[in-house]
Amino acid sequence: MTTETITQAPGPARTTPHSRGNRKQARRNTLIGWTFILPNFLGFLAFTLIPVLAAFALSFMEWTSFTAPKWVGLANFQRMFASDSFWVALRNTVVYALGHVPLTMALALVLAMLLNRKLKGIGFFRVAIFFPYITSLVAVAVVWNMLFSPDSGPINQFLHAVGIAEAPGWTSSSDWALPAVIITSVWRDMGYYMVLYLAGLQAIPAELYEAAEVDGASAWQRFWNVTIPSLRPTTFFVVVMLTVSSFKVFDLIVVMTNGGPGRSTTVLSQLIYQEGIGEGKFGYSSAISLVLFLIVLTVTVLQFKIQQRRER
Amino acid sequence: MTNMAEDLKAPDLTGGAPLRGGAISPEDRRHNTHRRSTRERKKRTTNVIIYGALVVLVVALMMPFIWMVSSSLKENNQVLTVPIQWIPSEFVWSNYTDIWTRIPMMGYLQNSLYLAVIITCLQVLTGSLAAYGFSKVRFPGRDVLFLCYIGTIAVPWQAYMVPQYIMMQQLGLTNSFNALILLQAFGAFGVFLMRQYYMTIPDELCEAARIDGLSEYGIWARVILPLSKPALASLALLTFVNTWNDYMGPFIYLTSNRLWTVQLGLRSFVGQFDAEYAMIMTGSVISVIPILFIFLLGQRYFIQGIATSGMKG
Repeated sequence: MTTETITQAPGPARTTPHSRGNRKQARRNTLIGWTFILPNFLGFLAFTLIPVLAAFALSFMEWTSFTAPKWVGLANFQRMFASDSFWVALRNTVVYALGHVPLTMALALVLAMLLNRKLKGIGFFRVAIFFPYITSLVAVAVVWNMLFSPDSGPINQFLHAVGIAEAPGWTSSSDWALPAVIITSVWRDMGYYMVLYLAGLQAIPAELYEAAEVDGASAWQRFWNVTIPSLRPTTFFVVVMLTVSSFKVFDLIVVMTNGGPGRSTTVLSQLIYQEGIGEGKFGYSSAISLVLFLIVLTVTVLQFKIQQRRER
Repeated sequence: MTNMAEDLKAPDLTGGAPLRGGAISPEDRRHNTHRRSTRERKKRTTNVIIYGALVVLVVALMMPFIWMVSSSLKENNQVLTVPIQWIPSEFVWSNYTDIWTRIPMMGYLQNSLYLAVIITCLQVLTGSLAAYGFSKVRFPGRDVLFLCYIGTIAVPWQAYMVPQYIMMQQLGLTNSFNALILLQAFGAFGVFLMRQYYMTIPDELCEAARIDGLSEYGIWARVILPLSKPALASLALLTFVNTWNDYMGPFIYLTSNRLWTVQLGLRSFVGQFDAEYAMIMTGSVISVIPILFIFLLGQRYFIQGIATSGMKG
């Protein structure tokens, strides 16, 4: 993904392969480089890199907390594709993404446009809207669960007040639990994406707007023909980040609904947790992990391809 | 993803920087003394309207926080009333003194603080060292190694949490802080964030220091570290807040109550006493206050760190 950013930095001495002194220098550089990297690398190797590779290998093995590991080829995947709970979790994850991505993006853009002006104290408004993104998830989930309380929660009281007699049961209803989670996560995330859009808006040259105005473009036309096209790189980035984070959704679900009622909000990450750590089916859960990884990878690569084609 | 992130320079949230784009219409800049006063009056009215709209918007979006604070000062049976009481009829300040004896809140806070401080220190130290190796020292295999780091950032951690768990089980480290410290202190994210910053420091500076006879370690400590204070601050704040807020890590690894962090303690409080609405809100407020404090202190570094790296921990 980031190969382009790896540019050659000149080292302590440029190595030309023919002189002995330089070879010695190169060896010294290798040694020095590794001493810098090693403290982090040891931890990274043991607790990130090896587990990542192990997850790939494990998905082709049968291994539970009671049995020894055994190579079984694609058996885990066959079981997974035949399993009802996998499809339910996948469906819920996709529905979550379909709600979370466009809503967050649209609201973030609207907020950024509203807050992109030179006014005294505008910083306060921006910071306030950003704050939910870094508040602890448990506090957020606990508060929203109460706000969503079906009988006397503030949200349903508001709905009653505006004339909706049959207000939804939110987290206690299997139809409305997922929307409730989506609303909470949109609220939590939009401040962050607003910051990204704000950066994008501030990079648009004012001359573009002036030219459009001279040509007699209305505010709406300026929005569609200047703002939206100029924000394309930002939007691309926002969509990638949002989609990836949607497919990874985990802690919010665990704290807010724990997958319920029934299986109505169970998502892929949670299924991995339940099967792998909860029930000790290490091999089977790794097969689900691989699917999650492939989805995230496909989304990223696909969106990169689209972006590249546009730039050409 | 990263190049994209670099293009998105962190905006100045304080509003001090000159803003371009749709906000300022070209007329504002055109000096036309004739119509100036009417235009200024018009502008003032628009400003008032915009301020009004913004206040309404922010209050609406901050409603959950307002409700949280207001509920934390009520009796349990006054939290979910019809109609909503925004201002408690009687302020129950005792919630804030009772919670410490109701649940071991102090212990939870200490555990969270302990984990967050240790993990942040290790992450910042090892991250900046490794970033120096990846950006300022050239040796064979370096870029391949860095690709490994980047590659793992792309893998969702949920995909390898099971192997990690098996490993910790084998090492006998489950139900201990060590498991979380080992898993979170050597993240690729910190290396990546620091390296991105070090790449912007000109190599001539290191070259000059080398000629002056400084060793590579000396250059790292005396040239690079002082220059990278903003990046160090970003990384430290992000790591601290992420560790403080982390729920899944402690949830998977910490089973005994005495090891619980604020997040776990709060969640279990909700599970056990789900009718103690007011006290639950008090706990929520207490768990958020440290984050609010840190955020207000280092807001600039936060936004920069998050915007330049395009990710949160």
